[in-house]
Amino acid sequence: MRKITQLAAVGAVAAAPVSVSAMDSSDPITLATHNWSSQIVMTHLVAQLFEMNGNNVELVSTDSQAVYESIRLGDVTAELEVWEGAFGVAFNEAMEKGGLHDAGDHNAVTREDWWYPMWTKESCPGLPSWEALNDCASLFATPETGDKGRFLGGPVDWLKHDVERVEGLGMDFVVVNAGSAAALWAEVASAEPTKRPVVIFNWTPNFVEAVWPGEFVEFPEYFEGCKDDASLGPNPNATYDCGNPADGYLKKAAWDGMPEKWPSAYKILTTISFTNPQIAEMAKLVDVDEMEPEDAAAHWLEQNEDTWRPWIEGSS
Amino acid sequence: MISAEAVSDHSRPGRICQGQIIILIAIVLALGKFILPESLIRPPNWLVWPFADWINWLFDFIKDDLGFIFVTRAFAAGIEWLLDVTANLLYGRNRWPRLGPLPWTFIAITAAMIGYWLNGWKLALLSGGTFVWIAVMGQWKWAMETLSVIVVAAPIAVLAGLLCGIAAWRHRWVERALNPILNIAQSLPHFAYMIPVVVFIGVGPKSGAIVTIIFAAPPMIRMTLLGLKKVSSEIAESGMMSGANRWQLLWQVRVPSARTEILVGINQVIMQCLAMVVLASFIGMPGLGQKLLQLLQALKIGRSVEIGVSIVLIAIMLDQCSKAWVVKEPKHFEKGVPWHERHRLKLLWAGLSCLAFLAAEFLPLADQIKRTQALTVYKQIDTVVERFIILADPVTQWLRGFLIRNVLIPMRDVYLWLPFTAVLAFVAGIGWVIGSLRSALICLAFVGMIAMTGWWDRAVITTYMVSFAVLVVIAIGLPLGIWASRARARARLVLLICDTAQTFPSFIYLIPVVMLFGVNDVAAIGAVIVFGLVPMTRYTIEGLRSVPPEIDEAADMCGAAFRQKLWKVRFPLALPTIAVGLNQTVLFSLFMVIIAAFIGTQDLGQEMQRALSSTDVGKGLVLGLCVAFIGLLVDHLILTWSARRKVALGIS
Repeated sequence: MRKITQLAAVGAVAAAPVSVSAMDSSDPITLATHNWSSQIVMTHLVAQLFEMNGNNVELVSTDSQAVYESIRLGDVTAELEVWEGAFGVAFNEAMEKGGLHDAGDHNAVTREDWWYPMWTKESCPGLPSWEALNDCASLFATPETGDKGRFLGGPVDWLKHDVERVEGLGMDFVVVNAGSAAALWAEVASAEPTKRPVVIFNWTPNFVEAVWPGEFVEFPEYFEGCKDDASLGPNPNATYDCGNPADGYLKKAAWDGMPEKWPSAYKILTTISFTNPQIAEMAKLVDVDEMEPEDAAAHWLEQNEDTWRPWIEGSS
Repeated sequence: MISAEAVSDHSRPGRICQGQIIILIAIVLALGKFILPESLIRPPNWLVWPFADWINWLFDFIKDDLGFIFVTRAFAAGIEWLLDVTANLLYGRNRWPRLGPLPWTFIAITAAMIGYWLNGWKLALLSGGTFVWIAVMGQWKWAMETLSVIVVAAPIAVLAGLLCGIAAWRHRWVERALNPILNIAQSLPHFAYMIPVVVFIGVGPKSGAIVTIIFAAPPMIRMTLLGLKKVSSEIAESGMMSGANRWQLLWQVRVPSARTEILVGINQVIMQCLAMVVLASFIGMPGLGQKLLQLLQALKIGRSVEIGVSIVLIAIMLDQCSKAWVVKEPKHFEKGVPWHERHRLKLLWAGLSCLAFLAAEFLPLADQIKRTQALTVYKQIDTVVERFIILADPVTQWLRGFLIRNVLIPMRDVYLWLPFTAVLAFVAGIGWVIGSLRSALICLAFVGMIAMTGWWDRAVITTYMVSFAVLVVIAIGLPLGIWASRARARARLVLLICDTAQTFPSFIYLIPVVMLFGVNDVAAIGAVIVFGLVPMTRYTIEGLRSVPPEIDEAADMCGAAFRQKLWKVRFPLALPTIAVGLNQTVLFSLFMVIIAAFIGTQDLGQEMQRALSSTDVGKGLVLGLCVAFIGLLVDHLILTWSARRKVALGIS
């Protein structure tokens, strides 16, 4: 008689308190999901951890750059994957404005850059140097790009400044933005049967390494000031004449009001730390095994209880 | 009337002559490009004004200095409360009143009963069946997330539209002020609405609801105004004679008399709501739209088709139900009919609902179907699609390569090559030839504004994509319309297909093209073509079929052969209507091009997505206005031409 008793108790239910961990507010914690799999799974996974902790959690899907503005205003409570290369700038800008803070690093080390599957090396043996890549630019040409090579970049909202780099280094490439991460993998998958050479945007940790072995293109090494001081780097008149940092951070970000409003959930958030293989596994569950993100998160939690149990227990 | 025509006829030769001279200047400018100074080829720096910064400054001022953000946030909190209630009832979000989720069987039965009440068995089957499909396919929660927003947004949009419409009808100045705003609002692409909402409201379902309300209200305002204007003075007078005061006169006499138009407005609001709710996934609106976006981006065709079917079913259901409501006459019972007779349907509904609740108590499957228990056919769809793609691949690959190499890139290069002064002169000349000096100035202002925003190249790329798509649409839609209009049954069938297709949210059209062409320019243009084909075909059929039968007979009596009759008599008479279709095609195409940005175009749409990413209100609005200006320019030219033709043909 669950439904019927509920119906009878409208008024009573409205005022009834909900069971939440003693100290935390019963308002929902809002977490943001974006357009790549590991982040979506990790967010679901942490949401489920929070729920075990007795919190209410809600997920909203937002743009991965705009999210920092939302965290600042408290519309979103926390972000679980702040990649240095892609979002470092937006994250720092928002931090300067105030309202959000760094909630600790993941164990993972990240790298985001131009990448090619191994078979590309057969037709362009000088790789991974970027000069060699530029010499075989015509190998990557498509009808859309004419005789220049085609580089398939990530979605525009990742703001990777590939166009600036192509100009800064004087490369014969045209940057085409894919609509999503999946479009990148589709490109590699479609190139595989004929071993067509491709160069795309990729990152690690990611499941891709397990499916298609490959390498990052070696650009002039990243250095402080490359992004804003034109005079530095190989091209004295351009910014972005360097690669992305090869050992970037992966952070969590939280709204300044979170520690006060949900202290125990906040403690969990700061303790959480994933490693490269764990993150790659999360992406694989969705991208290769075709699981729904919620199910993938539950599956991961089931398989890795040893990892997450201490995070929750430390919180209460 | 006669004198006006005489005057316009008198000025006609002069007008055409001046217009032609300006067009000639445009051609000279284009041909002489190599000797033109740079400042005549692309807008020079002094001409590009920082509109975006001004808008941003204005928004910051309103938001922070005037504290408007607190007003919008308070309003949003109100909406959120409503959303929480519907969300709790429909999919069990943990909010007051904490009753939900209602069993799916109950909702399906309610929908079927509403369908039956509105239009009998067929509609009952459609609306009930839609919900059964959604439940069985395991998409219940997503669909309810979508519906929970529509349930809140549509009534608010209807109410807001109704009030604005009444205000505009009552005060001439309100109508004058609203008209240009509505014109621009209805030609702004969806994305342009989203950015300010993200700034003022934030992300998530409440922003989805608010952007939907803003987007859906304009047609309601228009229809209310139209309906109230049409109410004849006799009706109002009879109301006055019965002693009605102003309030009663409005709500009990005029508004009910305008019932049909108002209900058509409601139908449009509901359809706009659905279209927007699906698209609002870009700003964090959960539900079917978001699932579809994710799946499409992940190129999972089979599962996106499943979601697409649900969205299409919901669209058809909402459309049919609200249309049935338009034509349904209120039912009056004879005196003395017993209570249970009069409320037979309500009693039946109450009984069946009780059954549904009882079933849900004892049979979990009748309450909620979990995704693991749901049916799915995506693997089968994927297999079929894969086979089809392997079969079609040589053709699509060839087509793609051919189009890009031999048509699209050359066309784009020509468009980009044109000096902007030549375009300005050309457009002004066309305006003068079609309309008058006033038209020329209006056209000049639209294009001039685009030049001044500094997004000239992007706007040109958008224009090239739209114009190519529209050409293809004309090449397919016109013959299709002519063919369909030749037999009554065929015409009805094609019109039915068009009407149905028109209710689909634009997002749906991306599924087949992404499937066939992958992610590139050709796919984007393909989607635009499919989407734009609907109004073109529809208006061609309607134009040809509405040719007065006397004229048809007269042509027959003159011994005109079929072709002669078509090209010399029927087609010229239908042309003004077809032009309206063309106008809609252009507007639809513009919207679609912008939406297609997420499959990788390089035009205004891509920049708009970037603006959405960095929540840059100024940039987003400026880009949106560029799109609106292109649309309004075409709109102005076609409507002016069509109005003149109608007067000349005596069919206005």
